[in-house]
Amino acid sequence: MLNRTTAPDFKQVNDINFIEPTKQELDNGIKVFTVNAGEQELVRIEFIFENVNWDEKKPLQAVSVNSLINNGTKTLTAKEIAEKVDYYGAFLQTEYGADHTVITLYSLNKHLEAVLPIIWSILNESVFPAQELAIFVQNQKQKLQVNLKKNDFLARKAFANAIFGQTPYGVDIKIEDYDALMQTDLLAYYSAAFKPSNCIIVAAGKFERQEFDLLNKFFGTNWENDKLSTSNQFAFSPIGGNEIYVEKEDAVQSAIRMGNLSITRTHKDFPSLQILNTVLGGYFGSRLMTNIREDKGYTYGIGSGIASLKDAGYFFIATEVGTDVCASALQEIEKEIELLKTDLVADEELNLVRNFMLGSLLGSLENAFSHADKFKNIYFSGLGYDYYTNYIATVKSITATEIKSIANTYLNWDAMTKVVVGKK
Amino acid sequence: MVNFNRFTLANGLKVLVHEDPTTPMAVLNILYDVGARDEEAGKTGFAHLFEHLMFGGSVNIPSYDEPLQRVGGENNAFTSNDITNYYITLPATNIETAFWLESDRMLSLAFSEKSLDTQRNVVMEEFKQRYLNQPYGDVWLKLRPLAYQTHPYQWATIGQDLAQIEHAKMEDVKAFFKKHYNPQNAILVVGGNVNTEDVKALAEKWFEPIPAGEKYVRNLPKELPQTEARTLTVNANVPLNAIYIAFKMPARKDANYQVFDLMSDILSQGQSSRLYNSLLKEQQLFSDINAYITSSLDEGLFIVEGKLVAGVSTETAEKAIWLELQKMVDNQVTEDELTKVKNKSESIMLFGEMSLLDKAMNLAYYELLGDAADLNIEIDKYLAITAEQLQTVAKDTFKKEKSSTLYYLANA
Repeated sequence: MLNRTTAPDFKQVNDINFIEPTKQELDNGIKVFTVNAGEQELVRIEFIFENVNWDEKKPLQAVSVNSLINNGTKTLTAKEIAEKVDYYGAFLQTEYGADHTVITLYSLNKHLEAVLPIIWSILNESVFPAQELAIFVQNQKQKLQVNLKKNDFLARKAFANAIFGQTPYGVDIKIEDYDALMQTDLLAYYSAAFKPSNCIIVAAGKFERQEFDLLNKFFGTNWENDKLSTSNQFAFSPIGGNEIYVEKEDAVQSAIRMGNLSITRTHKDFPSLQILNTVLGGYFGSRLMTNIREDKGYTYGIGSGIASLKDAGYFFIATEVGTDVCASALQEIEKEIELLKTDLVADEELNLVRNFMLGSLLGSLENAFSHADKFKNIYFSGLGYDYYTNYIATVKSITATEIKSIANTYLNWDAMTKVVVGKK
Repeated sequence: MVNFNRFTLANGLKVLVHEDPTTPMAVLNILYDVGARDEEAGKTGFAHLFEHLMFGGSVNIPSYDEPLQRVGGENNAFTSNDITNYYITLPATNIETAFWLESDRMLSLAFSEKSLDTQRNVVMEEFKQRYLNQPYGDVWLKLRPLAYQTHPYQWATIGQDLAQIEHAKMEDVKAFFKKHYNPQNAILVVGGNVNTEDVKALAEKWFEPIPAGEKYVRNLPKELPQTEARTLTVNANVPLNAIYIAFKMPARKDANYQVFDLMSDILSQGQSSRLYNSLLKEQQLFSDINAYITSSLDEGLFIVEGKLVAGVSTETAEKAIWLELQKMVDNQVTEDELTKVKNKSESIMLFGEMSLLDKAMNLAYYELLGDAADLNIEIDKYLAITAEQLQTVAKDTFKKEKSSTLYYLANA
């Protein structure tokens, strides 16, 4: 008779293999990191540029350049760019992040040679036509109007602005900021940021000698370093605990977001803090989910996280809860934080979290793209692969006492910025 | 190309195995042939609420999530109007844990009152978060009953209103389980670093002892052919006016399904598409414009939706959409335009093969459609489409009397 009450035997994950990229250089010195793996005849090529020249009076300069960079060059109109990219079954994405702007090309190998010249044109000779800028401004203003009706958007914005102020990490964008956008500002930013000396390339997929040669042919020459630029650099200090409440009369749920400045990936405690975060709110079985969703039914979801940016890290908890239970939800969150500071995590829970985190890491290395993503995480923090070795060792060996001590060092309810948008 | 092996257990459970030795992971995906369309009127939202209850412990195992997390696994599920799909990813060495957990909840649930109480609340909060507390969040709650008058597609997966979820009873939960959650109504796909022999042995060990249960025979009310244009105007606390036009289109298994899909690509896929260039860039009537299909197993919808630029009248905007649709009726698309959307489809399918979970889900879905092997010839159906076919379906579809239009307007 089959015994269904006892769990089958299992093994803790032991071997986690990272594919380290090969480092090469184009003729003009651009670093190219390649993860050559996978069965499909396709590649992802990311052109990554550091954000520079931050000017808080022109907070939309970099993000708008990123959005409009493929909307017209000296040789191609916006429509021609889109048509060519689509014709070859390629995907072109432009992504603006807190520290970097990334132009990503997904392409089948067989079409790479046809597609790369389009990317070259975008990176070298974009003109930001006035007409395109006007359409962009009009539509972005409308998008922002819609977002300003979302409580979770407002909570995120208020939280970031409280702890990071008017920097790329926290700037509070207003409708008027769009009206102030000038074509000349876009052109100035473009020539300062999009140049070989500010670029690295990360390529993943079926990326062999032939693909590298193509990349070198188009981007290794004929691309000038025309303007000087200044790296963005910020220093932040903790602002101490504060509460921000934005009342919304007709809300049926309140968005809650709270947290504080924290450490970055470069700090020795970062892996330990990640483990603590997992226990608190980093997975479905976390304490916040178990208590506030699965026991109380206050929310569809609650979670916590730590983010590591170039010049700062931060810790946050976020959820949307029924307005009638908002106060209770806040109390329960505080209670869960205090518990981690006073009581030891039981062995059973800690072992579960260890196994979960190792399985999750293994599962996150699904294909060539994910291996490249793991590389970027450490590269932009100035770390090597020993970061992951140490991370795995910490997950396997951390003790309940150490977790409690980490909780006392890094979690402090009174020092958190707490934002509620809705009703409480 | 997604390889697979296939067998059926004595109790009727279909099992597919996709061997992918390049990953250390495994996926166990189980699709139940039940969705919101199988709900009774007055008890809508139940298939989805039930999905939540599937995580509330089974007959022999008090907690579903905990033992899975303990072996390094993760899981989730989704419910649509057509299907309910559950999936687990975990290190392949621990695959048996997935069989143990998944088979026990097919055998029987714990039916705990506590779980029902909590999940009713959780789902009501989900309802608020996704449909009520968002600008334009309730569009589908309005558009579905406009487009469908008799077929159960008239309600959204989340349900018609909060009250029907609040009133869900344990006896309904038990009856729903008995009716739909048995081996004959399910398709199991195991993929990743596994081999077919082992999977077969595990399937026979854990799933084969489950009684076959009664076969559910679906007999849904048929939607009568639409013969007149329908409209609905809603005013809400939103910043922009919006228009949603829904046209009836054939069911997923119809031979013309792929033609409709490609037609939506011509109109709206990416920045080279027609609606984007004409309505957003050239005429600047919309700040957002899209066309897409619902891919439903029964008669589906072809949707065109957009948010209007401030100051543009709904009449002007609507007329401009119809002009673009009329162009599809009056003229054939060019060879280049056709090649473009075909190339894009080919590319999307190839990129899709990079994800183990996507491959497993696709195999299950195509098996439900009739044969998992069709997944590997799906692209050929797209590549064979002609400009004439596109024009023919456009002619049959873009008629006022076949449209349902929702005007979602900003409060004055």
